Amino acid sequence: MSKKIAPVTQSDFIKAYRVMLTSRVLEEKLAGLYRAGMIKGGVFLGRGQEALSVSVGIQLRRGDIFAPLIRDQAGRLAFGDTVLDTLRTYLGSQLGSMRGRDGNIHRGRPREGYYAMISHLGAMIPSVAGALLARRLKGEQGVVGATCIGDGGTSTGAFHEGLNAAAVDKLPLIVVVANNQYAYSTPNSRQYACSDLLDKAAGYGVGAHKADGTSLMDCLQTLRNAIHAAREGGGPQLVVADLLRLVGHGEHDDFAYLDPKLKKSAVGSDCLLLAEKHITDQGWHTADEVAAWKRETESEVNATADRVRREPSPDPSEDDWAALSRPEYREQYAAS
Amino acid sequence: MITYLEAIRLAQQKALATDSRVFLYGQDIGSFGGAFKATKNLSAEFPGRVLDAPLSEDAIVGMAIGAAIEGARPIVEMQFADFSTCGLNQIVNHAATLFYRTSVPCPIVVRLPSGGTSGGGPFHSQSLEAIYAHWPGLVVVTPATVEDAYTMLLEAVNIDDPVIFCEHKFLYYHLKADSLPETALPIGKARIARAGRDATIVTHGAMLHESLAAAQELLEDGYEIEVVDLRSVKPLDTDTILASVARTGRLLCVSEEWPWGGVTAEVLARISTEGFGLLDAAPMRINAKDTPVPYHPDLWAAHRPTASTIAAAARRLLHI
Ligand SMILES: Cc1ncc(C[n+]2csc(CCOP(=O)(O)OP(=O)(O)O)c2C)c(N)n1
Ligand SMILES: [Mg+2]
Repeated sequence: MSKKIAPVTQSDFIKAYRVMLTSRVLEEKLAGLYRAGMIKGGVFLGRGQEALSVSVGIQLRRGDIFAPLIRDQAGRLAFGDTVLDTLRTYLGSQLGSMRGRDGNIHRGRPREGYYAMISHLGAMIPSVAGALLARRLKGEQGVVGATCIGDGGTSTGAFHEGLNAAAVDKLPLIVVVANNQYAYSTPNSRQYACSDLLDKAAGYGVGAHKADGTSLMDCLQTLRNAIHAAREGGGPQLVVADLLRLVGHGEHDDFAYLDPKLKKSAVGSDCLLLAEKHITDQGWHTADEVAAWKRETESEVNATADRVRREPSPDPSEDDWAALSRPEYREQYAAS
Repeated sequence: MITYLEAIRLAQQKALATDSRVFLYGQDIGSFGGAFKATKNLSAEFPGRVLDAPLSEDAIVGMAIGAAIEGARPIVEMQFADFSTCGLNQIVNHAATLFYRTSVPCPIVVRLPSGGTSGGGPFHSQSLEAIYAHWPGLVVVTPATVEDAYTMLLEAVNIDDPVIFCEHKFLYYHLKADSLPETALPIGKARIARAGRDATIVTHGAMLHESLAAAQELLEDGYEIEVVDLRSVKPLDTDTILASVARTGRLLCVSEEWPWGGVTAEVLARISTEGFGLLDAAPMRINAKDTPVPYHPDLWAAHRPTASTIAAAARRLLHI
C-alpha cells in the first residue's frame, strides 16, 4: 500500500458518535410514530448496528458511492442523508426525495452517489460494482463504492455473482456484512455452514477484514483499512462485523425467537453505550455533556417531525404516473 | 371464524397430515411460522417436514424441483410474491419445461403472497399471475375466497404440474368464513360470484371484492351486474365467460395487475375473437396504473382499481 493509514483520532470518534446518537434518537422517534399509527408500512431499525454503519458512511468521500441497506440509518446520515428527508420518506411527505412513491429504507439520491436500495437482497452489490466499472471507464481514479448487507443476504445469488464479478475486474468495492445473527427469524445455523462468513473472502479472491461490531473504535479502524485497500487498487474488500440486532426485524416483530444466550454474549452489547463509555472513560467529555447532546438531538428530531407532519401528502390527481422518463413513451392505455 | 390466511395454514396442515410426500420449504417458515404465520405451529406438529431455508429463492425453487422429481410434493413459500423473481429462472425454465422435455412431471406448489396492501410499496405489493401464466407449463391460481384458498391449495398439491399459488395479502385477515368446504369447483373452472343480466365483470383475487361492491352500488341505479371470479387464470375458463357475456352482452374485465399483457388483455382478446357476436358494446378493462406500486397510501389507493373506479367504468360500459 502506498499511503500510510492514519489512526482513528479522538475527533473522528466523537464525530462518529454524534451521528450514531442522532441515528438512535431518530429511530426511537420512528418507532414512536409507528406505534402511534402514523407510519404506514414497515419500520426497520438499526439499533445495535450504528457503530458499523456509521463507520462506512463517515469514511467515504464526496464522489464515492454508497448503497446502504436496511439497518444503515447511521451510515446514511454520515454520508449526507438528513433527519428531515428520513422523516419525510417515512411519513410520505410530498416534499421528500421519494415523493411518497417509495418509503422507509428504500430512499436515496443516486445522482449524489447515494443509491436507493430495492428490497431484493443482494441486488445492490452488482449494481455498485457496475457503477465503479463506469467510473473507471470514465477515467475517474481513487473512487470507491461501499454497500452493506446482512448475514441472510450473503445467501443470495446476487451476493455471489456480484462479488465474484467485482473481483474479476478488481473493482474498488467494499461489501460490509453486518452479521447480526439473524435473518428475520432465521438463525445463522440455518443460513450458512462455514465457520465464519469471512471465509468466503478467500473463495472470491477478495480482501478480508473482521470487525467487532460493538466497538466503534474497531469498526472505524477496520473500515478505514478496507476503504484504503480498495482505494489503493486492492480490489474488492469483504468486511464482516459480528454484532446483534437489538430490536425485532421490524417494529411489528416482538423478537421472541432471540436466543437469550446471544443477548448476554460479546455480540449482545449496545455499541452506542460502549462508545459513550469510551468517551467518558477517556475523559474526552463528561456524562453530563453527552446527555446534553442527546437532549439537543431529541429536540431537533421532534421539531423536524412536527414540521414534516404538516407537509402535504402526494396528490394522486397531480401525479404524472410516469415510470418512463421519456414523455412520448408514456401510455396510459387501459389504466384506470 | 376462519380467515383466508388460516385457511391456507389449515390446507398445509391437512396436506402434511394426509400425504407423507408433502414437505414445506421457505424462509422463516419453521418455528417462527412464516412472515405472515401461514405455517404457524406446523414445524412442531410435523418435525423435519417444515424447513427453514436460507435467503436463496433460486435454491429454494431449485431444491423443490429436484425433490419433486424424486417423488416429493414440496410446497414452497416465497416471503412475498415480489421476491419470487429471484427464483424466476428455476420456475420458468426448469419447473415449467420439465414435463414437456422429459415426460416427468414437476409437482411443486409455489405460494406467492401477492398483491397490494396500504404502505407495501414497490417491492411488497406485486401481482405476478400474468407473467407466470405467460410461460407454458405452469398452472396459475388466484383464490379470492376463504373456501377457495383452502380447497385450491389442497388441490394444487395433488396436481402433477407446477402450481403458482397467488394468495392475496389484502384478503389474509379480513376475509372470514364459518367453515371450510369438503368439495369445490375444480381448478380451471370459474365461478359466477353474483348473477346479473346487464353486464359481466370478470375479475380475480382481491378485485373480486371491489367488483362485488361496485355491482352492489350499481344495483341502486337499477343495474344487475354479473360478476365472474376466474379462480384460476391458467387454465382460463373461457366458456364460463362466454356464457355470461351471452347473457349480458357487455364485458368489463378488472385486475389489480399492470395492464400490459395481463389477464384482462387475455380475457378481452379471447372474448373479442371468440365471442364478438355476443357483444353489444366494445369490451372494457381496467387495471392498476402502469407504474410501480406506490408506497404512500393515497397514491396506492389511486393506483389500483377500487369499487368506485370499477363502478364508474361499468356505468360507461352500460351507457354505450
Ligand atoms: C431476495 C429477498 N428475499 C426475501 C426478502 C425478505 N426479507 C427482507 S429482510 C429479510 C431478512 C434479512 O436478513 P439479513 O440479510 O441477515 O439482514 P438483517 O435483517 O438481519 O439486517 C428477508 C428474508 C428480501 N428482502 N429479499
Ligand atoms: Mg441478519
